Amino acid sequence: MTDQPDLRAAVAAGVVGSEESYRALLSAIVEVARSIFGATASSILLLDEETEELVFEAVVGEGEDTLLGTRFPAGTGIAGWVLATRTPLVIEDVHNDPRWSRDVAEDTGYVPKGLMAAPLLHEEGALGVLSVLDRPEQTLFSLQEMELLGLFANQAAIAVDLLLKARRAEALLGDGEGDLAVVARLATAVDALEDEQRESGLKLLNHLARTLGA
Amino acid sequence: MQDVTGHSWDASKAALPAWSLPKDAVDRIALPSEWPDRVTRDWALGGAMGDGVRVCILDSGVDSTHPLVGELESAVVISIGEDDEVIADEDTDGDVSGHGTACAGIVRRHAPESKISSVRVLGSSFTGSGAVLLGGLRYAIEQGFDVINMSLSTTKKPFASILHELADSAYFKRTVLVASAHNMPVESYPWRFSSVISVGSHEEPDPLDFFYNPSPPVEFFGRGVNVEVPWLGGRTLTVSGNSFATPHMSSICALILSKHPELTPFQLKSVLYLTATNVGGAP
Repeated sequence: MTDQPDLRAAVAAGVVGSEESYRALLSAIVEVARSIFGATASSILLLDEETEELVFEAVVGEGEDTLLGTRFPAGTGIAGWVLATRTPLVIEDVHNDPRWSRDVAEDTGYVPKGLMAAPLLHEEGALGVLSVLDRPEQTLFSLQEMELLGLFANQAAIAVDLLLKARRAEALLGDGEGDLAVVARLATAVDALEDEQRESGLKLLNHLARTLGA
Repeated sequence: MQDVTGHSWDASKAALPAWSLPKDAVDRIALPSEWPDRVTRDWALGGAMGDGVRVCILDSGVDSTHPLVGELESAVVISIGEDDEVIADEDTDGDVSGHGTACAGIVRRHAPESKISSVRVLGSSFTGSGAVLLGGLRYAIEQGFDVINMSLSTTKKPFASILHELADSAYFKRTVLVASAHNMPVESYPWRFSSVISVGSHEEPDPLDFFYNPSPPVEFFGRGVNVEVPWLGGRTLTVSGNSFATPHMSSICALILSKHPELTPFQLKSVLYLTATNVGGAP
């Protein structure tokens, strides 16, 4: 993380969207994804780089009351594979297969009947995974659906990037000790001013910018 | 004859330089392969079972206890040591996601006599997975596998140049690198390199159907939609994605190489082109 994006994020935090609004955007994306695919659930998992875990950041449908905030290791499982390889994947279980064992599902926790998952890619990084669970079993999967999933994942990746920037900015605003906190406080203060005070405040900032050679 | 430094030079005693072909050396590069008037799919792979061809699954590991996979020639897990050295330990954990098992199952089904090995590059740690991926690929090339199935890619640009070198080195060592194309609008590697066989998906049900793409970078389309595969815990799943089209193309490469082991990656690609379903391979 460099100072420059943090500074911009700190200033932006005072004047643009909040964590709540970006979370609402993520919820809206998974809601539309679930609806378009006729699925029972959809979710966005974010990578926590510090703990190397995937965290349920937005969930709609089955599990929305319990899964939000739930974590699991990022290196394993299907979502982990999608994240590590940056490759989308579609899996549908064959329940009537005689080799299927219910014990396996109980051993490994919740196993959906079907899963579509695509990585959330932004620039060179993978931020998380978009998954759509249990689309209708009677329809065969098609490549058009894979492309649609990719489009949703791109949209979600942009929203997640904004959410992460907002979080970094919030962290700066909440941290009165950091070097950049003064910039964040200034942005918030100026944004709160009205009419003549705002005009004077902006004039003062312009003078300051010229003095600093900006 | 004198060379540019003025020293005398006897061409007949010099080793054949890789970058030129003296007149008297033409016979030395005569090729053993007898090519038919028309390269057909039957000539290319008819009756082949993949005998003796060594296929490496560079992925999440392989569960060899699954009846649809069976015995592996070898299985290692890759890690990076303190001095950045590549460490390949025997892998006793099997498969951490199920994906590698699925790929191995596809190869086993279509090239049943091939020798399958697993090189696990996923699962030990998410951080540094790019270095492990590179290390695993380097290890696999050093092992001299005939085919390396790589159903994964990286978006990290700093890795691109090293991957490019590795892909070229595989190509010149007669190791065919079969890599999944990305079906999302992002720059990723190594499938974009011309020294690999890059694979996207088609929706046809025939597992040996494959199509040449006249608009690269994706060069071939293999079966990648609604494919039944082995998974963890002895299960069978139906799966879709370019990562499953890739082992179909790896299987086809193994079949061709078992019948025509003398083919270089360049020649193999040419045979794939000539026998693609949309070129000359339709029944």
